[in-house]
Amino acid sequence: MISDLDAQTTEKALMLTLDGEKVSFEAGETIYEVAERHRREIPTLCYDERLEAFGACRLCIVEVEGIRNPVASCTTQATEGMVIQTKTEAIEKHRKTLLELVASENRDVDVNQLSGYASQELKILVDRYDARSGRFSGKKSGTSNTKDKNPFILRDYDNCISCYRCVRVCAEREGDYAINVMNRGFDTQIITEFNNDLRDSECTFCGQCVQTCPTGALGDKKALRDSDTEGEIEKTRTICPYCGVGCSVDMLSKGDKIVGIQPAMDGPANEGALCIKGQFAFDFIQNADRLKKPMIRREDGELHECDWDEALNFAAAGFAKVRDKFGRHSVYGIASGRAPHEAAYTMQKYIRATYGTNYIDNCSRA
Amino acid sequence: MSNPLADMEKPDVIFAIGTNMTECHPVAATRLKRALTAGATMIVADPRQTRLAKMAHLHLPIRVGSDVALLLAMAHVIQREGLIDASFIEERTAGGNEFLQHVKEFTPEWASDICEVPAADIEKAGLLYGKGNPSAIYYTLGITEHICGVDNVQSLCNLALMTGNLGVEGGGINPMRGQNNIQGAGDCGAVPNNFPGFQPCDHPESTEKFSKLYQTEIDGTKGITKVTALDNCGKGIHAMLIDGENTVVTDPDKNHCEHALKSLDHLVVIDIFMTETAQLADVVFPATAWGETDGVQTNTERRVQRLRAAVPPVGEAKPDWWIVSEIAKRMGVPGFEYESARDVFNELCELSPIYAGLDWDRIEDSEYQWPVPDRDHPGTPRLHEKEFKNGRGKFTVVGYRDPAEVISDEFPLWLTTGRRLEAYHSRTQTGRSAGIEYLLSHESLEVHPDDAEALGLVHGGMAKMASARGEIEIEVKVTDMSPQGTVFTSFSFAEVPVNILTGSGYDPVTQTAELKVCPVRVEPA
Repeated sequence: MISDLDAQTTEKALMLTLDGEKVSFEAGETIYEVAERHRREIPTLCYDERLEAFGACRLCIVEVEGIRNPVASCTTQATEGMVIQTKTEAIEKHRKTLLELVASENRDVDVNQLSGYASQELKILVDRYDARSGRFSGKKSGTSNTKDKNPFILRDYDNCISCYRCVRVCAEREGDYAINVMNRGFDTQIITEFNNDLRDSECTFCGQCVQTCPTGALGDKKALRDSDTEGEIEKTRTICPYCGVGCSVDMLSKGDKIVGIQPAMDGPANEGALCIKGQFAFDFIQNADRLKKPMIRREDGELHECDWDEALNFAAAGFAKVRDKFGRHSVYGIASGRAPHEAAYTMQKYIRATYGTNYIDNCSRA
Repeated sequence: MSNPLADMEKPDVIFAIGTNMTECHPVAATRLKRALTAGATMIVADPRQTRLAKMAHLHLPIRVGSDVALLLAMAHVIQREGLIDASFIEERTAGGNEFLQHVKEFTPEWASDICEVPAADIEKAGLLYGKGNPSAIYYTLGITEHICGVDNVQSLCNLALMTGNLGVEGGGINPMRGQNNIQGAGDCGAVPNNFPGFQPCDHPESTEKFSKLYQTEIDGTKGITKVTALDNCGKGIHAMLIDGENTVVTDPDKNHCEHALKSLDHLVVIDIFMTETAQLADVVFPATAWGETDGVQTNTERRVQRLRAAVPPVGEAKPDWWIVSEIAKRMGVPGFEYESARDVFNELCELSPIYAGLDWDRIEDSEYQWPVPDRDHPGTPRLHEKEFKNGRGKFTVVGYRDPAEVISDEFPLWLTTGRRLEAYHSRTQTGRSAGIEYLLSHESLEVHPDDAEALGLVHGGMAKMASARGEIEIEVKVTDMSPQGTVFTSFSFAEVPVNILTGSGYDPVTQTAELKVCPVRVEPA
């Protein structure tokens, strides 16, 4: 029975018309998903592909033949034979007006890129639609929460547009339900339970709300410390250094300085998620305490800095001396569960090739 | 993990035991939360009321160290109720009959006395796991850091084998590895029993292979473990090379460990900070850190991933592989003429069957999970799908044993240790990251309100906590997170060196320390 159905769908693909072009789609896809696959670049602000479609920002509206008013493409399922226009003059005008409304109401449209992964979405659309007219200036919604002194998450709700991506990512992806929406209209506010500080809520400071915010209303306070640091932001794809989950991250640097971390949305282990350690505990590597030069213990019993040659020769001579005096089973190696493969591999090879023993272990027993 | 992380959104029944996943592997835990939203049922066995336990449909706050009893009784229920997968047992396993016979005597009532949870809940856990389609097991150090760690793991294997929950999507046995590259350290052969790629040291063909490759005659027997090596310091072991481990803070029985390292003639430590361990060294080398180092690491689902340097090293720091190779070269050892991390990794791939299909360039996009036996192989997200590596899945007949030390009049409380969300291990890293102290500034001891009252302890006050090995002072946090009779803390803060107290015993097979159980006495300071 099932295989019969499969055979039918393969025979006759579902088709619709997108801006005059016949395109195929799969059952269950929304108009937005079909259009995105065909590179239509429909603007959105409340959309995050990891979340349930919400249909709040109305920017993604399209015209569908036979339906009187435009529909939100993110919440409307594609159906066989649909005839869709994604970019008519009327639709584009409507989008511009919506963006003018939002831009007039926010304190800042231009926010620093270090605010978060999605923080430039509003700015990019406002520029694309030339929507900085300010013609709707007047009453403003949202009140920035300046009393929450947490060191990680900026809560600048003067720049909030009520897309609720933060609330939804916290619930749908993180499963923490730490924040919610209070009031309606101009009085809308994103709050924690009893309007406490984030520290006193279910919030775990995973940073997912920060990274999905399209306006910088929620910002990465740690990264923003380097707003004025000289240099272009460079992104380097790597893996988080903490637990064994192995989340993919983009390390943000300016010159020689690490300034922040953003989750990789296409990371196979994390799919855009991080935890407090991966998101915010990155700056240890540039702490003043880092060891900068080799050290050896001299006759006074203290460790002193020295050059590499001296330290390496001292280390090698010490091992040779012990081996010669006590035999090859007197030297032991402990590799790291934190350092990369190349460290563990050379450690075990050093022990096996130098001493002919299997006197090597790592930190997994503690 | 037998199964990929993505499978964590797919179980019908989740059985999480000895894992505080929302704090220790928070991102993996988000997948379990989504599975719950989608309708999965969760059983959590953990003495504490962790966040995961609060989300569970059934929480079994078992007494620390009683896991084997619980798991035997669950197997008993599954056997008695006919919830076994007979064809899986018949076709894919060995020792099934003996095991099914063995579990008949271990009733939930028997286990209830040991685990200190109601027999009805144990019965329910057995029924839920047995009926789940599929059921998946997740565990962490709460299973392994016991004198019976191997028995615990084998008991979990028995459950999965008897119900056919191996090699299936959304099922499996899934240990969550604690450190970013602890899986990789094993893959690379930094263990006393295996060469790279888990080729056994006591098999003549592997010894011959590596003796030839490394141009020296290598012992045909397993080496000693780190635990034994530390015991033998000054009495057989006279020099150590330690790379990136703060042994004296993270290992059990701190005083013993410190004494051991001090009795060496020569200690060389490679690290990024002057750790408590580095302070004891004769030579300290500054290593490049994460973000400064190109390399490879393997995650808990066996995914081989690239680390990339984003900024230049601090000071004169050098990569670990370079430092180790330089020491080797200066001792006249051949085979260390590497010019890059790529050279080292490619050599590992050439001589490790599980990495045979990989090289530096092929892992660019994180798409491979080992084993990848050849260039045409897509990798192995799910183990044991068609067959087990050694032919058949073996049941193990295990029995319950008490922990190495049990509570007494002198030490009447169970201490169990673990981790906290905001701190990582000995805080050499999280302790040096701005802002973390706002959320977690110091260590505390979780004490149940009834215990606090009986012992005269007050919330926020200081307590003295002593075990057979030593004594520390610690702030008291009165909470019902830990059950009556059990106290909890982490070992993250050097100011509260809880590992002075631990170290009562070790698993006889793996020599993993029983860090999860330590009888103590607590009194106001």
